[in-house]
Amino acid sequence: MNGLVFLRVVSNLVISAQNLDLTFQTNDGPVHALKDVSLKIGKGEFVSFIGPSGCGKTTFLRCIAGLEQPTGGQISVNGMTPEEARKARAYGYVFQAAGLYPWRTIGGNIKLPLEIMGFSKAEQAARVARVMELVDLSGFEKKFPWQLSGGMQQRASIARALAFDADILLMDEPFGALDEIVRDHLNEQLLALWARTGKTIGFVTHSIPEAVYLSTKIVVMSPRPGRITDVIESTLPKERPLDIRESKEFIEIAHRVRDGLRAGHQDDV
Amino acid sequence: MPIVCATGCGRGIKTMFKRSALPVLTVLGVIIALWYAACVPMNSAWTAQQLARSGATMTVTETVGAAWSQDRPRLPAPHQVAVELWDTVVMKKITSKRSLVYHGWITLSATLLGFAIGTSLGILLAVGIVHSRAMDMSVMPWAIVSQTIPIIAIAPMIIVVLYSIGVQGMIPKAIISAYLSFFPVVVGMAKGLRSPDAMQLDLLRTYYASDAQGFWKLRLPASMPYLFASLKIAVAASLVGAIVGELPTGAVRGLGARLLAGSYYGQTVQIWSALFAAAILAACLVAIIGLIEKVALRRMGMRQ
Repeated sequence: MNGLVFLRVVSNLVISAQNLDLTFQTNDGPVHALKDVSLKIGKGEFVSFIGPSGCGKTTFLRCIAGLEQPTGGQISVNGMTPEEARKARAYGYVFQAAGLYPWRTIGGNIKLPLEIMGFSKAEQAARVARVMELVDLSGFEKKFPWQLSGGMQQRASIARALAFDADILLMDEPFGALDEIVRDHLNEQLLALWARTGKTIGFVTHSIPEAVYLSTKIVVMSPRPGRITDVIESTLPKERPLDIRESKEFIEIAHRVRDGLRAGHQDDV
Repeated sequence: MPIVCATGCGRGIKTMFKRSALPVLTVLGVIIALWYAACVPMNSAWTAQQLARSGATMTVTETVGAAWSQDRPRLPAPHQVAVELWDTVVMKKITSKRSLVYHGWITLSATLLGFAIGTSLGILLAVGIVHSRAMDMSVMPWAIVSQTIPIIAIAPMIIVVLYSIGVQGMIPKAIISAYLSFFPVVVGMAKGLRSPDAMQLDLLRTYYASDAQGFWKLRLPASMPYLFASLKIAVAASLVGAIVGELPTGAVRGLGARLLAGSYYGQTVQIWSALFAAAILAACLVAIIGLIEKVALRRMGMRQ
């Protein structure tokens, strides 16, 4: 039975990190951003990384994306090195700021990766229309970013990350700069999108409710040095209305996350 | 939405104009009044000399009137400059050697050529500087040093050197003009090309975009507002360069030549009208760049 489960996990493995270490050399001496981080992420999982600033959650996401080079350990994405995976355009990345080009329309912004990757004009148009519908922005293709609200801009940036059909979506505090109500709405939409597309999502946040609401797996991290203190498999059902956040199960998971964060801090003192 | 803005902005400009017309006219009025006032002490010494010689006397009103209507005043009165400008711009045939339009065109053509050379050079250098650290280290210091040398000192040398290899006329002036105008373009364009932040560059890395794609799709469009700001400075500097380039040869054509000839013969009214012609020309050039900027950035969708 155990062997069977193991086999299933291995065949579906998308991201695998083994004893990952990363030390930045700064003017104030070396900073240990990641220490001995090991994690496996299976296909279709929604994994949140939560922890206080400096716990390495963003750094770990950037390692997966091949934007940072780990100084020790192994990491593979779709069975390749992160660099190769980046070259193969294996993931879409969403940053905290939408970062849309002000000189391009929303449609033009979503087209950007498609132009760079050399899709045909017809294919570009079809894909733009499809992902705009997916993030509920149809009809805004000809608008410029400044004509949209912050939440809509962030949805456009998610559409941009989805446009080239990567299996993995990496999101670095994508809703961190938005207000609570917009954030709730986008969280709901993100879950729907995840259900429709079956992507593997890595999601950095510092909000406990957000992490618990969205994830199938919550990775709790703590700083100095950045490391994983707890990995929580969510027992919540896949179908999650917003009011699931008042359920007993939800509150229990949130408790465990909070305990994990607190434990990380006690180590520190 | 854009329609709402267009009418809204139009109304905004109108009320702004109404509100600012009074202060603008007041400042203009004060400047002209000060100018007229300054003419009296500046020019009365000559009147007093004449009076002492002839033994006649003058009332205060007559003295003031005389100060504003001399043939060769130390400081010409505004209306004298205005009349001279009218005579030499509108009343003369533009092919006449005494037409300011003729001289203005000579200077303008050198300015435009110099501006084109300076801008192209500036943009090319900026691209090189942004893409190669070696170029940043080796070219940028020289660009800065080049601007610390007074143009009036280097202009004659450029003209002499070029003359010795048989280049004369408009080209040396254009080169001096380019010498002054490339610098703001290098600085502004380099800043503009570097303006995309780390996140924007990381985004392109996630697409595995090439440097060339990053340049054409991100750096170049992002640099446009910076470029236009530099172009406004550069075009005014170009005009100064072209005028300075006309001085050392004792040139017979161009606004610089008018300035020089005016000072040889004590024709202060001519000097001042040439100065004003240069100022008006510079203002027009800057305004044209501003207009192009507005149209270009609006077409790019960047809100002004």
